[in-house]
This record gives sequence, structure tokens and C-alpha cells, in this order.
Amino acid sequence: MTAFRQSVEAMIPALRRYARALARDADIADDLVQDTLVRALRSERLFLGGDVRSWLYTILTNLNKNRRRSLARRPQFMPLLDNNPDASGTEAEGRDIARALSTLVEEQRSVLLLVMLEGLSYREVADIQGVPIGTVMSRLARARAHVKASLEGERAALRRVK
Amino acid sequence: MTDPNIPVTEDELHAYVDNELPAERRGDVEAWLTAHPDDAARVRSWRTMAEALRARYDSVADEAVPRRLEIEQLVQQPRKWVYGAIAAALAAFIVGGGVGWLARGASAAPSAIQSFTTEALDAHRLYVVEVRHPVEVPGSERAHLQKWLSKRCGWVVRAPELTAVGLKLVGGRLLPGPAGPASFMMYESASGERITIYTAKSDAEATQMRYQEQGKENSLFWADDGVAYAVVSSGIDRERLTPIAQAVYDQLEKSGG
Repeated sequence: MTAFRQSVEAMIPALRRYARALARDADIADDLVQDTLVRALRSERLFLGGDVRSWLYTILTNLNKNRRRSLARRPQFMPLLDNNPDASGTEAEGRDIARALSTLVEEQRSVLLLVMLEGLSYREVADIQGVPIGTVMSRLARARAHVKASLEGERAALRRVK
Repeated sequence: MTDPNIPVTEDELHAYVDNELPAERRGDVEAWLTAHPDDAARVRSWRTMAEALRARYDSVADEAVPRRLEIEQLVQQPRKWVYGAIAAALAAFIVGGGVGWLARGASAAPSAIQSFTTEALDAHRLYVVEVRHPVEVPGSERAHLQKWLSKRCGWVVRAPELTAVGLKLVGGRLLPGPAGPASFMMYESASGERITIYTAKSDAEATQMRYQEQGKENSLFWADDGVAYAVVSSGIDRERLTPIAQAVYDQLEKSGG
């Protein structure tokens, strides 16, 4: 296997994690990863060095944007968060965070996940989204505020029910 | 050190949490946070948020990578497979047409396991010759197939990985079984031989694996915990079918299905 393919392969677990959080459905997420890998492998000869990791995140982020654009023309379905089979120990917390993510607009969710889950720098995220760093920072600030409010709102609602 | 009296901005708080802040400013921000409990609480909430995200999604990166995402799979040419499958199905149709009906049992009151194997053989004969629509959900959507069939059938349906015995998943479908829904999965070898796995609820006692030849078809079947399994082939001999059924059995055992 070529060095290029090896570096792509090494990224598959992280891409799956990012895609799962981004798309919030295991099958759609793996479809996104598959399309990303196919596209990356097809462009092997076009890849002139550089950061494979950022490049793969860029492809996946764009594919997801296209997917959502085509979905927007069809009726919307709520994602099935509650019976996600991979919810583990801290299940309730996981459901809360997943639900909070689902209320974010696309660009904010992507920034939040790339920084907080995938550990990318502001610079890298700016390149991935094709925007200035200032835009990344304002998206991140808005995303954090929104998720925080959403998590707190949920807890308050739960308390009322009890 | 910069002047600690310069107010810390919102951006700097984020940069501090994300390790993007210049080292010389970190001390200032820490001093600021001690003096401003509201900001300190927000910074804490962002850290908790990051932990929640990792707790929820890190396990995905630890999962085994599904076969359809393996590099070796993706660099292969998918086209060849389709033509091979069509040619093989045509051959099976010409050779095997009509033989199946001879095997229908004449018994008045079939036992649970008999009615189960009859259904399994009928399903096999009906779909194994099908060229254009052998399955409802293709093997490329293995995860979806498993989830859907498990949901509809009410037990954990797994599409076993049989590449070690030279078989690729064509896909699966939902069928009516002797007592409720049944899952049906089809596999194919490189030379186009097809085997099917039929699974349904059954009153049959837990059994050891049994072999049965009926007309052109031969099958291995067993029951476990109220669910019966049949691995059916047309013309794959017993010596070759046994390791295939064994692989199916082993993987279902492991997954607790």
C-alpha cells in the first residue's frame, strides 16, 4: 500500500467519529465517510503533498453540506437520536449533547466538532471552511452559547416535569 | 507579562480553552477568571461540553472499521462483480429451473423444524435465480440491513462476514416466515454460486446443526433460543457447505444473536 493510502487509512476512525457527530445517523455517517474515501483515493495522483488530515476533513465537510442542500428540497425528518445503538454508559448525557448539536446550523456544528472533538486549530478550520479565522471564532462562540443554552434549557425542562 | 488590566475579550476566553492563546497572555486570563466568576463558569461549561462530546463520540473511533470502508474494498473495480453475478444467475436459472417444486413436502402435519426448512428452501429457490432484484437491501448497506431486519424481526439479525470462506454479501430482504417475519440474506462466491441464510422464529427445540438434501438443494440448519437458522445452497456439496454454516454459526454466537 502506498504511503498516501496508509495516511488515508489511518484517518478512517477519526473521520467516522466526526461524521457520526455531524450527521447524527450511523448509516448516513458511514456513507459520508465512504464517499470521502472514494473521492480521496480517486484524487491520489492529484494530491501534491500537504496535510492529508485537513484535506479529508474538508472533503467530508463539503459532502455533508451538499447532502444537506439536497435534503433541503425534500421534507425534513427528525433524526432518530433516542434509539441510537451506540449510546453507551453516559447515555442520557450523550443524548442531550446529540440533541443540542442537532439544533445548530450546519457551519456552527462543523466548527464546534472540528475544534472540540477533533482538536483542529482555528487556522485549519478556517482553511477547511474557506473562511477567515475571525469567522471561525464567531461561529464557535455562537455554537458554544447555543449548545450551552440548549443543554441548560433541557435540564430546566426535566426539572419541571419531575 | 502584558497588562492584567486590559479586559479579557470573549474571543480570548475561547482561545484560552482551545489552547490558541499566546502563552504570555494565559496568566492574565487566569487572573481575570478568578476575579470574574461568571466568565469562569462559562469556561467551565465549555470544558464540560467538550467532555460530553468526547464521551458520546470517541467510542465511534474505537469501533472496528466496517468492511465497506476498507481501503482495499474501495480501490477495487465494482463493475466486474455485477456482470459476474448476472452471468451466474442466468446459469443457475437454466440448470435449475423447476426442479424445486418436487421437494415440497406431502406430510399433513409438518413439525416446526420441517415447516421452517420448507420456507427456507422455498425462499432460496425463489430468489436465488432472480437476476435484477434478488434482494431488497443491497450488501453495500450492511449496517442498515441489519438494523432494519433486527427491528422488523424482533431479534438481533446479523449479516455475517463470510469473505474468509469466499462469499460476499449480495444483500437481504424481509419475508413472511412460518410464525411471523423472517430475515433472508444472500451471499455469492466469485464464481457466482449463491447461498442464502434464512432466519425465523420457531418452536423447534434447540438443535445441533443438521444436514438435509432435498432435490438440488442442500442445507444445514439449527435452532437456538427460539430462533431457527438455515444455510441453503444449490449444489455446493456438504464438505464445502459445512465450514460456511460453521462460520455463520460462530459469528451469530459471538454477537449474541
